[in-house]
Amino acid sequence: MQYMFLIYGDETAEARQSADERAAVLNEYFAFAREARQRGMMLAGDELQATRHAKTVRKRDGKLTVTTGPFAETREQLGGFFVLDCQDLDEALDMARKIPAARHGAVEVRPITTYERR
Amino acid sequence: MQGLAQAIERIFYDESGRILAALIADLRDFELAQDVLQDAFAVALVRWAEGIPRNPAGWLYVTARRKALDRLRRDSKHSHDPDLLDALASADTVSADELDSIPDERLKLMFTCCHPALAREVQIALTLNTIGGLSVPEAARAFLTEPATMAQRLVRAKRKIRDAGIPYDVPPLKALPERLETLQAVIYLIFNEGYGATHGEALIREELCIEAIRLGRILADLMPGAESLGLLALLLLHHSRRRARVREGRLVLLEAQDRALWDKAEIADGIALLDRALELRQSGPYQIQAAIASLHAQAPDSASTDWAQISALYGALYRHLPSPVVALNRAVAIAEAFGCETGLTRLEALGEDAFMQRYYLYHAARADLLRRSARYTDALAAYQRALDLCQNAVETSFLAGRITEVKAIIQG
Repeated sequence: MQYMFLIYGDETAEARQSADERAAVLNEYFAFAREARQRGMMLAGDELQATRHAKTVRKRDGKLTVTTGPFAETREQLGGFFVLDCQDLDEALDMARKIPAARHGAVEVRPITTYERR
Repeated sequence: MQGLAQAIERIFYDESGRILAALIADLRDFELAQDVLQDAFAVALVRWAEGIPRNPAGWLYVTARRKALDRLRRDSKHSHDPDLLDALASADTVSADELDSIPDERLKLMFTCCHPALAREVQIALTLNTIGGLSVPEAARAFLTEPATMAQRLVRAKRKIRDAGIPYDVPPLKALPERLETLQAVIYLIFNEGYGATHGEALIREELCIEAIRLGRILADLMPGAESLGLLALLLLHHSRRRARVREGRLVLLEAQDRALWDKAEIADGIALLDRALELRQSGPYQIQAAIASLHAQAPDSASTDWAQISALYGALYRHLPSPVVALNRAVAIAEAFGCETGLTRLEALGEDAFMQRYYLYHAARADLLRRSARYTDALAAYQRALDLCQNAVETSFLAGRITEVKAIIQG
């Protein structure tokens, strides 16, 4: 089964990190990604740029609006993701536990309903 | 025909959990497994008029699998796992008479129903409806919800198991202790809902207790760990008092119960299970509570109960479950063992806790000790405080009775 791991953290706090701190966290992410690849789970995974680069698009009554920023302002922002192929929910939760953000932010695990590619 | 329907009902009650568990293992789909099991019972109702097969459960299992194969082949909207269809088709050549036994997958079913990704009330409902023998309307009645609400809760849960990929398996060793605790807690809650609830119909409450005992027995048979044995012992020892607990619609306290009404066979069964648990030398809260219940069960009356031992056991229980309720029970046992004054001193110390001050049983216990020490004015105030805080109709009437008694003594 495919699961998406949505990685939440406080991006203003992350922006204040020193280069060393940032490198340490990145290395943990690289190690995690390496493990996921070695176990044949990795389908996708990357970091998202800061929410100030986000555009939110809505179309209502035929009128298109594009606003800057994410859909909702929250204390923690979506900062990255993985898509992994796991045996079952237990394995997915076990992987989620290993993502560094589980310690200082939060990791949301969502099963993916896969549609056949047409 | 009447006899056949009854026989089938009996077989459903005894065997459906086991057949369903095996079907889910084959089909990996709760809804489909329950549907085809229903189909199989419908066929049985017609075919068995000529005679009940030698191995009814095996017959039902084989028939249900055949029904599943039919359904999956007919359903062209979805593409189905070819391996599953092959497996079902090749299994289809085995007749019920050739089948030695249905594989016992009930542990997998129990652990899946009690997966931590499901909310507690969902775990309970699903356990009762699959491994247990409660239909949707029965489960709804037991939890005072509409059948439609209960049905929807169960359908959602079954879809969640499928869509979120909740595994159908016994958890790996490192996760086992925690998962086992959840399973035990669910069984214990089902029992308490039946035993302690002050609402609902008496009949369905009794059914819940019996279901919990049945589930506890399955767990203790398939995975006989110390706490699972202890849990089953505890349920049996509590259940043994059921006939003495209520008199004319009123709750009878342990010390006032007619012990001749206690179920001797259940007590013996419970004590034997507890002995088996204790031999494993892994202490735990269910075993300790069962040990307390067994001391009550073995005492000919309240006065000759081994209260010193009980107070020590409550002390041990408090280390596992440091709750105000356990602390209170311990103080009451101390009062029985070492006198009201010692008990009252202990209670005064507990009373510094804000929770205790709002807890009616604290005031009721204190009132009782004050009354027995002939400090009637203090007792009256404490009973009044307990009454003000109490929300339970049966207990309220009990407290009101005590207040009348104490007032009569003061004025007397």
